[in-house]
Amino acid sequence: MATTRNRTSRLVVLGQSVRRPAASTLTSRSGSALRRRIVVWALVVLSLALITVSFREASDGPLHALQNGAASALRPFEVATERVATPFRDAWGWFDELLGARSDNARLKHENQELRQKYVAARAAQEENAALEKALDYQRGPEFPNGFRAVNARVAARPSQRQQIVISAGTNQGVREDDAVVTADGLVGKVTRAAGSVAQVTLLTDPTSAVAAKNLRKGAYGLIRHGAGGGTVLFFDLVTKDEVVRKDDIVITAGTQEGARPSLYPAGIPIGEVTSVGRTDTDVFMQIQVEPFVDFGSLDAVAVLVPRERRR
Amino acid sequence: MTGADAAKAAVLLLVVAIVQVSLLSSVSVGGGHPDLLLVTLVAVALLRGSVFGALGGFFGGLLVDVATLETLGLTSLVLTVGGYWIGRYGETTGRDRTHAPYVSVAVVTVLYAVGAMLLHFFLGEEVSARLVLVDSLVPTIAFNLILTAPVYWLVKKVLRPVEWTDRAREVRLLG
Repeated sequence: MATTRNRTSRLVVLGQSVRRPAASTLTSRSGSALRRRIVVWALVVLSLALITVSFREASDGPLHALQNGAASALRPFEVATERVATPFRDAWGWFDELLGARSDNARLKHENQELRQKYVAARAAQEENAALEKALDYQRGPEFPNGFRAVNARVAARPSQRQQIVISAGTNQGVREDDAVVTADGLVGKVTRAAGSVAQVTLLTDPTSAVAAKNLRKGAYGLIRHGAGGGTVLFFDLVTKDEVVRKDDIVITAGTQEGARPSLYPAGIPIGEVTSVGRTDTDVFMQIQVEPFVDFGSLDAVAVLVPRERRR
Repeated sequence: MTGADAAKAAVLLLVVAIVQVSLLSSVSVGGGHPDLLLVTLVAVALLRGSVFGALGGFFGGLLVDVATLETLGLTSLVLTVGGYWIGRYGETTGRDRTHAPYVSVAVVTVLYAVGAMLLHFFLGEEVSARLVLVDSLVPTIAFNLILTAPVYWLVKKVLRPVEWTDRAREVRLLG
């Protein structure tokens, strides 16, 4: 149906007498196309001529003078346009600067954050380097225990509320459970768990730690352990009242090798300094307090003493 | 095409060229520069045909060259060719098509950038193809396309669309 309707309307149009363009119109079209081409080619040639003359001519030539004059004539219009547009341009500039300031602020904040992170990392590396150098000096010194090699390690983690640290050396480096851990200052503790490349170290300040020790000056034997209270103060326990221990005496590991259960720690590792000595009539042993040489609160690097010939 | 039309177009292009030179040439967002003269020329050429487009391009380009103290004829040449081309498009394929102004502006922006760059290159001036074709071309096209609708509307108000009698006959005949 639609087709019929369309066809009908078309027929109506086609049925009308269409006035074909006369020959004169065709001539007119050809003439129009010719005029069009002439105009455009004339303009192109004129442009090329202007380019050539303008390019080759000296700066004081007639064409340049004409251009300068025309530019001067246009200048008042440009000034007027600028004046009209100045408020809008200022508003645009204000917004643009505001956006720029915001992005600058964000960028500078980001840079500041990065620099702060780098500074912290550099300071940490510096401190770690100093600790490792100190450990190296200790390992090369005469006080380093015989029959052991040192495995240097960084403190990788400190479990909260535990007297333990995690170090970056483990069984891959030869570290085993019960190996002694030291710094150049003295005894730190012992390895209580070793994995591939990390190990858990229980510090001397842990209530479960106990080390056979002796007074360096007189050789009074006892047991170093942590008291029930907090802090880092250690107690030199099981020292009988007939021994001579004085304040400022140095306490070192005893390294007892006799008996079925020899000491885990090599002999001669500094532990701390006696800060007070007490005696009571009722107690068999003296009450001796020892301040450890190691600052357990700022451990950065340690050395694990690995026996050169491990006993199975 | 009448003398009144030519006068209107000339005044329009003069104003636009001055605005372009004194105002818009310093506007740059994302490396792109809006080219009001080019967009206006496209509108004029689409509404009045190739001869008008070529003449308008030559006149507008000459104004820009004069005002910016550029090599005379350089912008004229590119805009003459561009105006003629768009005028022919308007007379033939692009007539009565709503997207014609947008297509024309996008194409002419590219051709203008390439043409001007080549001319500067042939004249021995230093030009950066990367700057022209990569960094600034896309934002400039975007700018010009944003300007197209309002400029075309304005030019249409100034230069009323002509009755293309020949074309009208053809359309009626073909249904």
